[in-house]
Amino acid sequence: MTPISQVTGRAIPFGLKNVDTDIIIPAAFLKTITRSGLGKGAFQAIRAEPGNIFDNPTYAGSPTLIAGDNFGCGSSREHAAWALLDLGITCVIAPSFSDIFSGNAFKNGILTVVLPQEAIDRLMEVARTDEITVDLETQTVTTPFQDRFSFEIDPFRKHCLINGLDEVGLTLARDAAIGGYEAKAKGSLPFLAVVEH
Amino acid sequence: MTKHPRTLYEKIWDAHVVETRDDGTSLIYIDRHLVHEVTSPQAFEALRVSGRKVRRPDLTLAVPDHNLPTTARLDGAGHRLPITDPESAQQLAALERNAPEFGVRLIGATDAEQGIVHVVGPEQGFSLPGATIVCGDSHTACHGGLGALAFGIGTSEVEHVLATQTLLLKRSKTMEVRVDGTLAPGVTAKDVVLHICGTLGASGGTGYVIEYTGSVIRDLSIEGRLTVSNMAIEHGARAGLIAPDEKTIAYVKGRPYAPKGEAWDKAVDWWHSLTSDAGAIYDKTIVINAADIAPTVTWGTSPEDTISISGSVPAPEDFADASKQEAARKSLDYMGLTPGQRMVDIEIQNVFIGSCTNSRIEDLRAAAAILKGRRKAEGVKWAIVVPGSGLVKAQAEEEGLDKIFTDAGLEWREPGCSACLGMNPDKVPAGERCASTSNRNFMGRQGPGARTHLVSPAMAAAAAVTGHLTDVRDLSEA
Ligand code: SF4
Repeated sequence: MTPISQVTGRAIPFGLKNVDTDIIIPAAFLKTITRSGLGKGAFQAIRAEPGNIFDNPTYAGSPTLIAGDNFGCGSSREHAAWALLDLGITCVIAPSFSDIFSGNAFKNGILTVVLPQEAIDRLMEVARTDEITVDLETQTVTTPFQDRFSFEIDPFRKHCLINGLDEVGLTLARDAAIGGYEAKAKGSLPFLAVVEH
Repeated sequence: MTKHPRTLYEKIWDAHVVETRDDGTSLIYIDRHLVHEVTSPQAFEALRVSGRKVRRPDLTLAVPDHNLPTTARLDGAGHRLPITDPESAQQLAALERNAPEFGVRLIGATDAEQGIVHVVGPEQGFSLPGATIVCGDSHTACHGGLGALAFGIGTSEVEHVLATQTLLLKRSKTMEVRVDGTLAPGVTAKDVVLHICGTLGASGGTGYVIEYTGSVIRDLSIEGRLTVSNMAIEHGARAGLIAPDEKTIAYVKGRPYAPKGEAWDKAVDWWHSLTSDAGAIYDKTIVINAADIAPTVTWGTSPEDTISISGSVPAPEDFADASKQEAARKSLDYMGLTPGQRMVDIEIQNVFIGSCTNSRIEDLRAAAAILKGRRKAEGVKWAIVVPGSGLVKAQAEEEGLDKIFTDAGLEWREPGCSACLGMNPDKVPAGERCASTSNRNFMGRQGPGARTHLVSPAMAAAAAVTGHLTDVRDLSEA
């Protein structure tokens, strides 16, 4: 997973509340065999409208999305996180997130930042003209205009995001312990340790 | 040093702990990983994207089953026939590409050993007593019939197991479901587990690993035990377990992937120790008397909606709590049934004999015993028999069972999940009923609007003959 410590760039001033996972990625896209490529289905209904914010060239390639309350509610589909990543979004700022979505986002290396509505309002305003910087090390969101908003994050999640550790990566770091188990099992449970054929 | 008496679950768990963390979770080693075409593509892709390998391809076995059509796979000249549904074709193609790329052994769509993962694993000796077994499919509990700790996992976990051969788990609570006594004639393993579903409810096993014990379970064949454990998930349990015994050992012996020579002897020694110790404490125990179990059918849209074949459709008011009343109302509406209607009066238009619950040779023999010399009723439009694997199919054909089925007017198919779930072309039409030997009667499970009645293979055969749900005991004397 790509380590993430600072996200700087334009942010999409989306702002919508209660964006569910069906809005992020409709069910029709769930039969895919890949994680990549889901960007084409992301926010499909919204993007069907001409002049929508996602297809506005000003925000093309923005790494950050600013959203309203309860972002990512609905089904548990991990496809929602995959779709955002495919759009190039690695950070979402909102007043609150659904638990499952923020878990899935974290698993995929997306930083979710919770800030109060006043801060969101101010960031929405700045995002229309200027870049925004999200710094995970210092846990702050700053603008070129001396705005500085601090946010909370679980220390374990912070550690994983900064070091690019996903759950698989974390377990892979326990390689010695796993190898130790395998060596021991070869002696004590040889019939399980290998498959004869 | 004295060791406290342990349950079977604790023994298997203890033997697989790589390490335990401060928060009480443990890294558990996985001995066998079964992979199929539907839940694995994104897991393999994630490995590819991050440049990771499969840690133990030798402990992993891939076989397509879920959306493979059960019609002929080769044309007359031996060429593979295309799969018409593009999404199914794509998932199958992904498995056929991923397995060799990551060095995973694949039993291909046209191989003689192909079949439903949960039939293939035990049949090949890949699934073993005492092993930890996972698969991206909720009916993985099936392998617990051999005394393996087996459970279903999601796609992210599939990736985790592929990369690390471990899972991070919290220990489950344990429940003993003891079935004492002797089954009456005509009552089978499927009736036992349907009865348990009715007793425990669809969530009665949530948070538990269930060990099925008692004389009835001991008396079951291995096929029957696999049927019982298969449906552990239908009472919400993480896994089902049945202690291995001499029958289990005899079943495993000589199978292609089973241990040999010295490893075999060691295995047998260890398997003999895999019973719950006298005095081991389960968090909960349920006792069921075999005399209370009749041939059992479902009337609703949850596997807990069971009733004896001699019973009648219940009324919502028969249930104590309000939410169950509401659920019953919805179920009856979906199923098109009226309270008080006798179960044996319910007409059936479709019959499905198959699925990982009931597609082993013994199941087919039980169905054939009823169908021999009989014909399916006029009202039954579609009746199929789908063997669980190519080897089951070959065995059945050797015994002439296929002839019995086709003579009776049933179709004889290629192995796969088939009408167990509406993911491949075998579907039950909307509004029609199906007597099905599968494990789930959820709304739309067998196709949009399909109405499922879960039954044993003999009961499915009986329904095919009469055209309505039937007490198999009324037929067997004919
Ligand atoms: S037969 Fe049904 S329950 Fe069994 S693995 Fe296939 S789809 Fe799942």
